[in-house]
Amino acid sequence: MFDFGQVIDFLPQLRTGLYYTLLISVVGLLAGFVLGAIFGLGRISKNKFFFVIASIYVEVVRGTPVLVQAIWIFFALPIITQYNMDSITAGIVVIAINSGAYIAEIVRGAVDSIDKGQMEAGRSLGLNKHQTMRYIIWPQAFKRMIPPLGNQFIISIKDTSLLSVILVPELMFQGRYIASNHFNAVEIYTTVALFYLVINFSLSLLLRYIERRLNY
Amino acid sequence: MITVQDLHKSFGDNEVLKGIHCEVEEKEVVCVIGPSGSGKSTFLRCLNLLEDITSGDVIVDGYNLKDKATDINMIRTEVGMVFQQFNLFPHKTVIENVMLAPRKVRKISADEARKRGEALLEKVGLAEKANQYPSQLSGGQQQRVAIARALAMEPKLMLFDEPTSALDPELVGEVLEVMKQLAKEGMTMVVVTHEMGFAREVADRVFFMDEGIIMEENTPEMIFTNPASERTKNFLNKVL
Repeated sequence: MFDFGQVIDFLPQLRTGLYYTLLISVVGLLAGFVLGAIFGLGRISKNKFFFVIASIYVEVVRGTPVLVQAIWIFFALPIITQYNMDSITAGIVVIAINSGAYIAEIVRGAVDSIDKGQMEAGRSLGLNKHQTMRYIIWPQAFKRMIPPLGNQFIISIKDTSLLSVILVPELMFQGRYIASNHFNAVEIYTTVALFYLVINFSLSLLLRYIERRLNY
Repeated sequence: MITVQDLHKSFGDNEVLKGIHCEVEEKEVVCVIGPSGSGKSTFLRCLNLLEDITSGDVIVDGYNLKDKATDINMIRTEVGMVFQQFNLFPHKTVIENVMLAPRKVRKISADEARKRGEALLEKVGLAEKANQYPSQLSGGQQQRVAIARALAMEPKLMLFDEPTSALDPELVGEVLEVMKQLAKEGMTMVVVTHEMGFAREVADRVFFMDEGIIMEENTPEMIFTNPASERTKNFLNKVL
């Protein structure tokens, strides 16, 4: 009835899809982490301006669906800016901006959770604020960030499947294309689901390993 | 070494220090005693600007802390601080805790910092714990590491903020022993403490603080045997 053997014929397309899914996830999340670190520090900054900008960013992104963000950035933004982005760039931007807001909250929470005595101990030894953040606060905060970061990475990787609506040739896009042309929805969508599962489960294992390595 | 003139400190509307005057000479050991809420810790924390000063002057080693030209990071390298809660860096080993500031602030080589760190751990009796993490040590051992960490910057002055208050009673002695040794070597020390025995034995002078001022200052003999103020008398009756 179901012929999973035929999936082999579509592996090249699925592999292309997997490539774009991974590309957008990796580049988008790296950029998202940078955004998150910057705006996360903004959320704990004493500088009012920086704090307000960071807060607006976080609230706008958290308050709108990622699907709407993707469509807005791909279809609406070019009309405003008169600058056309290709769909892959747009996809990376969506994942970066979206994950950045959630990561900012993760960073804020982790840095906030480090005991105030750590900053005082560093400062009392003559380290400046920047040095204390770098050598004392960040390493401890980073360890606490790993479980929620892993969560966010997995959510963002799954969110890339929504980018098929802005024509990013990622895994879900390829799956839909194949299934609608060959009427093999069960085989193809099951395979696509398995691809996502393998990516995310591998990531889970990797994060667990890193967390264990950082034990003290 | 320290001159404090009319130091005031408020947290919002709550004035905690209400005009402190005092002097601490080089090589002097001063113990600060008094009821909780009297401003002892706040006073101590003003001496290295962990709390900013609302008004008045604090002059440490010739530098006025309120002066904009004073480099507070430089002052702090000269002023070691030991906290009630130790505040060791949990992600670093004992020796790394001791080596960090000399490496990053004084910019000395890793070899040099390690040598100095090992000598200091020897001094506080913890040479064999160098490669353990703080969480593997007892409270008393952690506090001794914290003292070694502060000493690694070769400070001219050491501040102790209730260094034994978080310790189990049987661990207090080992920390006081290290502090006694330090006093004997001529370190200038300001110690906020509830250990009256230590104050009596080691201090050159004792400050009794209450309600945000130094109510009485004198030699330990005079404070403990013949206190001038009624408040000092009451306080000592309760704690002795």
